[in-house]
Amino acid sequence: MPDQSSSAPSAAAIETFELSKRYGRTTALAGLSMRVEPGEVFGFLGPNGAGKTTSVKLLLGLTAATSGSGTVLGAPIGDRETRRRIGYLPELFRYQSWLRAREVLRLHAELARLPAGRRGAEVDATLETVGLGDRANDPVGTFSKGMQQRLGLGAALLGSPELVFLDEPTSALDPLGRTEVRQIIRTARDRGVTVFLNSHLLSEVELVCDRVAVVNRGRVVASGTLDELLGEQAVVLRVSDLSAEARTSLDRFGTVATDPADPEQITIRPIDPTQIPDVVASVVLAGGRVHAVAEGRETLEERFLELLGAAPDPEGSAAAHRQIDGGQPR
Amino acid sequence: MSSIVMPLLVIFRLTLLDAFRRRILWVLVVLTVVVVGLSGLGFERLVSLARANGSSETVIQLGVSQMLIVVAFMFSFILAMTAAFIGAPAVSADIDSGVLLAILARPIGRSTFLVGRWLGLVLVAGTYALASGLLEIGAMKLASGYGPPDSLGAAGAIALQAIIVLTLTLLFSTRLPSIAGGAIAVVLFGMCWIAGVLGGLGIYLKADLMEQIAVVSRVLLPTDGIWRGAIFALEPQVVIAVASEGGRSSEQLAANPFYASAGLSLVYEAWVGAWFVIVLGLAVLSFRRREL
Repeated sequence: MPDQSSSAPSAAAIETFELSKRYGRTTALAGLSMRVEPGEVFGFLGPNGAGKTTSVKLLLGLTAATSGSGTVLGAPIGDRETRRRIGYLPELFRYQSWLRAREVLRLHAELARLPAGRRGAEVDATLETVGLGDRANDPVGTFSKGMQQRLGLGAALLGSPELVFLDEPTSALDPLGRTEVRQIIRTARDRGVTVFLNSHLLSEVELVCDRVAVVNRGRVVASGTLDELLGEQAVVLRVSDLSAEARTSLDRFGTVATDPADPEQITIRPIDPTQIPDVVASVVLAGGRVHAVAEGRETLEERFLELLGAAPDPEGSAAAHRQIDGGQPR
Repeated sequence: MSSIVMPLLVIFRLTLLDAFRRRILWVLVVLTVVVVGLSGLGFERLVSLARANGSSETVIQLGVSQMLIVVAFMFSFILAMTAAFIGAPAVSADIDSGVLLAILARPIGRSTFLVGRWLGLVLVAGTYALASGLLEIGAMKLASGYGPPDSLGAAGAIALQAIIVLTLTLLFSTRLPSIAGGAIAVVLFGMCWIAGVLGGLGIYLKADLMEQIAVVSRVLLPTDGIWRGAIFALEPQVVIAVASEGGRSSEQLAANPFYASAGLSLVYEAWVGAWFVIVLGLAVLSFRRREL
């Protein structure tokens, strides 16, 4: 359990005010203002070049801000002692190829100034957590990219930090590895660790994050919980043989709208997803024939593209609607 | 205090481990032993032939000391190149590979990292240079029966030259790619030696500009100045006595790039100390401002 006694319970894990970074004439970050609460998994989404990695480097004090300010774990950005309570997996994860996996973690345990008596046990436990227990004494130079990323994740989680920055933590992992990393992130959250997840993998963010910020061209363009970001839940049905009266009666579940271009397609919004089976039963009882049912809420991908001002891919968008029942997605 | 000393020791130890785990260091050690062995055999043959031909011991001693100075010069050049080779990637390679991101995200200052790395490299390069220099001098003494008046001073000066090149390369490494930094340091080392030779000729030819160039180059990069100290430490008294005979003026003697009539002055030694502080300070400033 991380020691959070040094920061007030109400204090933000991260708070920034108009943080900006310019490299010569290039603006990498135009004015980042955000707040990350303690103990949450915060997803930082954005296209390539949006300023995600620059933001993480600024928050860690690896690069200096051109303007703006902020705090991390209650201390000003860049405070050296605060870094004892922070873990970091860089996007460009590389570790000394001539060191063994155990030695890399030992090095980080020493640099993080973990108590000498705790280091060995911490290193062993972390190697097991990231699935490298049986490769502990192998040189890092013999590791695959995926294994090096696991090692980096281990280095970031070493010593129970209060805040962990994970920059694209699954970029080199196979689907099984990604699932394991998601579980590791959830376990860390359960222990009270704040996780700042930098990613462009929308599905990954959707599956583990409590709150999300979308960054584009160096600015946060939207933030909030997934529910806040994706809007109201809806259900889309394709039905035939349903009378106008029966169709109107469905408004007890939510506002009913019919697609003018396709009269067989109706959308009910907002709706509690647990009521979707009742909607289907009502249609069937009224003599209607149900051909397809799909959750109608925007996917994160659609919302993301909308925020970025890009047109969603119609095929991808249709496929993204999660199918509940038989038939074709709309 | 422990927030500086502890990380510094960790980086110092990491640098030593890095050096010992790389094959290149052991290849250098083996090559050095081979070169020392062969040059010792060469000395032994030359001295045996000279004695068989009836040369006097004074002449043999003169010849051996001059040969040793030439060998020491070649050694110093190799050591300078080795130092550049070690120092050039010391920071830049870790920046390029991304290794530094994970390290500097820990509670360690950039200056602490740089000084820890410098200390580790100084220990590796300095020990190697000092040991190989003493080994060469010892081999020559064993083969010829003659040794320089100040073996430790000579080997120390050659090691100091290597450390100067190493420190300069470390400064370059905070900004330049490894190959560029190493190449520039070796070129500067060579240029300073040439400037020293020209300076000696300038004294003989009474060309003030040439003399001043040598003085300035010995201030900016003290490798050639230290090299003059190494020569002096390698010269037996008989060399200085013989050189001064026959009415040679000090101007004439200065024209010989392998002869020094005096050792290092205290003022110059103090300047070398200050040079280290200045260059290391510049390296820290440069590294602090470097974007990762």
